[in-house]
Amino acid sequence: MTLAIDARGLRKRFGRTDVLAGLDLTVPAGTVFALLGPNGAGKTTTINILTTLVHADAGTAHVAGHDVAAEPEEVKQRISLTGQSAAVDEVLTGTENLVMMGRLSGLGRTGARTRAAELLERFGLTDAASRRVGTYSGGMRRRLDLALSLILAVPVVFLDEPTTGLDTRSRQELWSVIRSLADAGTTVFLTTQYLEEADRLADGIAVLDHGRIAAEGTADELKARVGGDVVELRDADGELLAELPTDGTVHGLRAAIDELDRRAASDAPGVSVAIRRPSLDDVFLAITAGQSPAAPSADRLARPELIESK
Amino acid sequence: MTALVQTRPRLSPFTAEATFINRSFIHSVRDVEALLMAVVLPTMLMLMFTFIFGNAIDPSGGYVDYVVPGIILLCAGFGASSTAIAVSRDMTTGIIDRFRTMPLRSGAVLTGHVVASLARNLFATGVVIAVALLVGFRPVATSLEWLGVFAIVGLYILAITYLFAAIGLAASTPDAASGYGFILLFLPYLSSAFVPVDTMPEWLQWVAENQPITPVIETIRGLLMHAPIGDSAWLAVEWCVGIIAVSVVWGAWLFRRKAGRR
Repeated sequence: MTLAIDARGLRKRFGRTDVLAGLDLTVPAGTVFALLGPNGAGKTTTINILTTLVHADAGTAHVAGHDVAAEPEEVKQRISLTGQSAAVDEVLTGTENLVMMGRLSGLGRTGARTRAAELLERFGLTDAASRRVGTYSGGMRRRLDLALSLILAVPVVFLDEPTTGLDTRSRQELWSVIRSLADAGTTVFLTTQYLEEADRLADGIAVLDHGRIAAEGTADELKARVGGDVVELRDADGELLAELPTDGTVHGLRAAIDELDRRAASDAPGVSVAIRRPSLDDVFLAITAGQSPAAPSADRLARPELIESK
Repeated sequence: MTALVQTRPRLSPFTAEATFINRSFIHSVRDVEALLMAVVLPTMLMLMFTFIFGNAIDPSGGYVDYVVPGIILLCAGFGASSTAIAVSRDMTTGIIDRFRTMPLRSGAVLTGHVVASLARNLFATGVVIAVALLVGFRPVATSLEWLGVFAIVGLYILAITYLFAAIGLAASTPDAASGYGFILLFLPYLSSAFVPVDTMPEWLQWVAENQPITPVIETIRGLLMHAPIGDSAWLAVEWCVGIIAVSVVWGAWLFRRKAGRR
């Protein structure tokens, strides 16, 4: 299998902070890869190194078969980047932005115009095509930003938190665009804070914590690492009262239920217990919060703000 | 699997530069306030220096002939200062990272800003001269000397624009860029632009004689009014080329250092 991205032992230090402390990751060509991590974990620094913007202090990285440090021009011919802040020109119109990027991508005048019209259509921006981008909403900017990265079907596309600030519908549209990119052979490397996004979209997921890959695999493989099911206790309104991971055995399940019984008012009217498969949230919390990812502490009470209902 | 993907083609020479120049031109034309200032400022300054200060400084009415070069430089400095803001905005919005991850010559974006600034400020120079002619400016330059005037004004605009571009790269925000640039706009007042250097206190004379504006002013004045130029022309060219060289080296260093850091 050809590797689109092959990074070994990447290190980067800013001031006294080790942002990356020996990062290894590989991404097979034509797949969608999601880099998950809390804020400050080093996601953007990883993207900056892989896109030639920043030099690593140590380690090597190959993107589309070329060394990012030794052959940056070769790498640049094969990638496109959509960064975290919308990199659009606010003074130009949507069309002008796309035509500019088309010209910079080597298209002729007419070719650039045609491609601009296609992309505006695909991202639902045709009506706003001749308006200055300064008047666009956040979601429209984000869509244009993404369209600017897709002028050419380059081998590797980097998306730094592509759906941050998008509403649910735009996010789902974007997911289908990303999927179709991968189906056409483009490798998509994205960072995200939305676990659902990684779960639904990515072939491979890596969890970045303190500058290292803390866990890697498919969504199912990662979920399996948490072990057994999760027992949760909900009140009459469906609000989560408490949850506990179990080790999957009958004994473990009974112990977990006893534990819940002891610490929460489980005999209040309407309180119910349920068993569910672990979500990626559980994995993420176990890996980034606990010291030992394989054995999450059984002392975790409900933190509803961290749990996305599915 | 990978049959449908394509690598970016090598661009033909100057495609990137032409694209960025076009972009900066659109920016200039759409910035209505700046465009208005480019016409209003020279007009106001010209009228003020001729009819308010002019008669006090030189009651014979000849002050307009003296002051034109100074106002040209004042307006050019003002017009070029917006380059610092434009460059800083590119650096802070993230659009620069998109350009930098494409196989483009890294200076091409700056070339766009510089060429647009040159065009904007040559236009402003034209306005200054037109207004000056209306209020009694009577230059004696031949057409060759006029060419020399525009050449030296153009060189000065390039120098100050490159300097402002570097300031834009150094500044942390567009607002800061605008603030730093403001200091430079005072230089013409400390030169022979508005009053002869020998009317100044001695310590100030030293400053006025050893800064770039004075030789540029003296050269323009010499060409327009057939005043003695002496070694001013060479000094002016040396200053401008020196400023361009320093700004380009400083700017390139800043550009690399700021890569991927926002």
